[in-house]
Amino acid sequence: MSDTTQEPMLAADGRPLKQSLARALRRQKLRALMLIAPLLIFVMVTFIIPILSMLFRSVENEIVSNTLPHTVVALQEWDSSTGEAPDENVFRHLYFDLFKASEAKEHTKLGTRLNYERTGLSSVFRTTGRRLDDMGSDFQDPLEDINENFKEGAFWYEMLSGEGGEELLESRRALWARLTGESMAGDIGFTPSPQMADMLPWATRAYTDFAIWTVIDDQDVVAEEDPWEAVYAGLAQDLQSEQTQTEIAAYDGPGAQALKDAVANLDQLPEVNFKAAFIDAKEDWGTTDLWSTMQVFSSNYTTGYFLNAVDLELTPEGVQAKPENQQIYMQLFMRTLWMALVITGACILLGYPVAWLLANLPMRTANTLMILVLLPFWTSLLVRTSAWKVLLQQQGVINDILVWLGFVGDANRLILMNNATGTIIAMTHILLPFMILPLYSVMKTIPPSYLRAAKSLGATNWTAFWRVYFPQSVPGIGAGSILVFILAIGYYITPEIVGGTSGIFISNRIAYHISSSLNWGLAAALGTILLVVVLVLYWAYDKIVGIDNVKLGG
Amino acid sequence: MSVLNPSIKRPNLFKFTVPMVAAFGAIFGFITGNIYHQPLIGLFAGVIVGALLAMGLDRLAALPRWQKIWGTSAAFAVVGAIFGGVGGIVGGAVVGLSMGWFTTWIGSGRYRAGVPSYYTPGQVLWHNSFLFICAFVFFFLIAPLLPVAWLSFNAEDFFTFTPEMLSFKAEGYSLKHYYDFLGSDEWMVPLKNSLIIAPIATLISVSLGTLAAIGLSQSHVPGRQAIMAVLISPMIVPLIISATGMFFFYAPLGNWLQANLGLNQAFVGYVKVILAHAVLGIPFVIITVTATLVGFDRSLTRAAANMGADPVTTFFRIQMPLILPGVISGGLFAFITSFDEVVVVLFVGSARQQTLPWQMFTGLREQISPTILAAATILVTVSILLLTTVELLRRRSERLRGMSPG
Repeated sequence: MSDTTQEPMLAADGRPLKQSLARALRRQKLRALMLIAPLLIFVMVTFIIPILSMLFRSVENEIVSNTLPHTVVALQEWDSSTGEAPDENVFRHLYFDLFKASEAKEHTKLGTRLNYERTGLSSVFRTTGRRLDDMGSDFQDPLEDINENFKEGAFWYEMLSGEGGEELLESRRALWARLTGESMAGDIGFTPSPQMADMLPWATRAYTDFAIWTVIDDQDVVAEEDPWEAVYAGLAQDLQSEQTQTEIAAYDGPGAQALKDAVANLDQLPEVNFKAAFIDAKEDWGTTDLWSTMQVFSSNYTTGYFLNAVDLELTPEGVQAKPENQQIYMQLFMRTLWMALVITGACILLGYPVAWLLANLPMRTANTLMILVLLPFWTSLLVRTSAWKVLLQQQGVINDILVWLGFVGDANRLILMNNATGTIIAMTHILLPFMILPLYSVMKTIPPSYLRAAKSLGATNWTAFWRVYFPQSVPGIGAGSILVFILAIGYYITPEIVGGTSGIFISNRIAYHISSSLNWGLAAALGTILLVVVLVLYWAYDKIVGIDNVKLGG
Repeated sequence: MSVLNPSIKRPNLFKFTVPMVAAFGAIFGFITGNIYHQPLIGLFAGVIVGALLAMGLDRLAALPRWQKIWGTSAAFAVVGAIFGGVGGIVGGAVVGLSMGWFTTWIGSGRYRAGVPSYYTPGQVLWHNSFLFICAFVFFFLIAPLLPVAWLSFNAEDFFTFTPEMLSFKAEGYSLKHYYDFLGSDEWMVPLKNSLIIAPIATLISVSLGTLAAIGLSQSHVPGRQAIMAVLISPMIVPLIISATGMFFFYAPLGNWLQANLGLNQAFVGYVKVILAHAVLGIPFVIITVTATLVGFDRSLTRAAANMGADPVTTFFRIQMPLILPGVISGGLFAFITSFDEVVVVLFVGSARQQTLPWQMFTGLREQISPTILAAATILVTVSILLLTTVELLRRRSERLRGMSPG
């Protein structure tokens, strides 16, 4: 073309037209995005992030390492195949970790968590938690007999505090924060002495933990409070070490006399054996089962919840099927899908004729009849569900009428509620408008002349319908079915009220785990699986109808 | 279709009308007889009554149809009164109404009115059965709501009909459940909560949603499909999943708001529920408003700009009035979504934010009182009003677009 060789066309302001247009387009795009941005951010924050947080919950498993940080590390070296419980070192860490956790009342949460994987662990943690103080008192009483000073909170404070121990303090604070989920920030009024942390590592650590908890949670002053039993146990543990003993001999700081007394009278202290103490508190600590469960679930992320959600479990030997009597979720998923299918089928059967009638009646009549479809659609879900409860219960309207008419004996009234029948009937009624509306909007576009043409060419009524009309209405069936199916598999209210035990859906189980059993991880995993199913269906819906074509209210 | 074709012949009385009506009467007879444990006697009585009625009404062919129907109904009501008092009158009237309607429908040949005259009897039968099936589905859609309204006037604290109600005695009925509803904090506080939460949530979703819908309807939007998918997702994701996600996320969010902004617990509770409901309502606003914008003539805004109006003026003076019906019906959907929502509020809210559906849900689960039914009846009335509004808006917008209904 001759244009290509010419000067570029200019806009009014002297810029090349192409550039000017591109700039206008860019501004238009930007303006559109600016208009969308507030809502997009709003939806992201209030909806998308919550959904993502649910996905995260379904694999998150930080509670074990948050509650027992040192134990988990020590336990890594243990080999479960030896058939013996871990050595004293693991138990020693367990004692101090667990003591902290029980002060913060977090150990029962860990017990509950591990109980999901192995029944009985909850009580192990609860029982042991009550014995932790006694285990420490065994050392506290003889120590206080050896030197009166060990009774004084102020003495401990003076002995263990010093300068330059900020690093230790902050690392302990971080562990507290992980355990409690709070920041634990604030001035403690205590800094552990690095020298003591070297000489009496266990006691100093335990005392630092005590100090942080006393100040931040109990709002007390460290120096005025008597230390935890765990601090005495820590001291007893430290005194066992020969290196500590030599260092104490050379030590002349605060509390030197008391420490020297303690070393001199070491034989008055009971033997330090945490393993024996734990097994004494609860025999399960001596078994490999408990420890291997703990080892398997000590990582920060786990597939355990997902495996549970599909009736599998993670054992030290790998992934295995759960015992048959505990397999409920696959069955529940299958039942949910099956009932959603039945409901969708019933909606097609009932909705198709009505949509056909509405699409083929004169506009005015159709609009009037459409009100009969829209009224239930607009009526509160709770109202419709309560209506079905009124109708279906054993002393309900349907049974009353049948008994009054003499078709059913008073003694054997039909059981229509608290089972799958009730859920299917009520949900078919509730979801029927969602089938009729898309069907109607598709059928409205099928010209009636096609049917007449087919008939004039000699087709019977049935052939004309089946070969000409029906294929054209299939997109409507598809749209309606997917809509009804998606809505049905996520339903909660109606199955909860009319479903009893045999008519409930997976969503009721999710709600149960959220509000009653408090197994949130499993609830999140079940929710995630359901979400994936729905998203696949949604994608199919988009392919068949396109989201832009969703219409509401006729 | 409803126009009666004058060329339709009246069917033969003894070959067609009498047997048909007799068969119809037999059904009623069988059912009525069954009440008194004499189904066979009832059956025969029904056949005879039906046959006599068919012949009788055939003699009165000159009378208008409605007189025949109501006459039959009155006659049956009198018979019913002999057997069962007030309940019998109502039952008899209903049976008489259907018998009279059926007899005149068959007898005058109206049953062929909707079909071409060349249809075979089989086709006519199919056509009418089809209509009956549709009538049954409409019945199935609407009928469950009726006992609720009826039972809400129960004088007893039952979820079931009492004998007094069935025999229409005045002492069987009362407004006490409505007084319970209006007079107790147990219901008024949830109603108040619903009326706080739903409008604010609607306002948020409508204002943000309308803006975004206008943005989305521009001709060049990068990533339109993806944005649309995100904005519609609250409607697609099952409520139980949304509720679970919000449960995990909103609790720490609420704690953070309380700790860092010093807001009190009740206020934060409302904020959480309102935000959750607002986001659930957004897809409805987006869908209805974008649908309205499809028919919006863009040259109008250009004309306004051409005459010197700035974008804000153009929006409020030109665009907004035209898309208002879409905005309002989107808002109504959002309002209903919030007003009717129970799963999310159960998970996110605390007892302070108990809404009306929540109260109904707990009531239904524990089966406390028929006050629920009074509440339900009031809600049905409200939804009829809303439906009327939407229908009127729809007709208005169709009229504006030049597509008159009917």
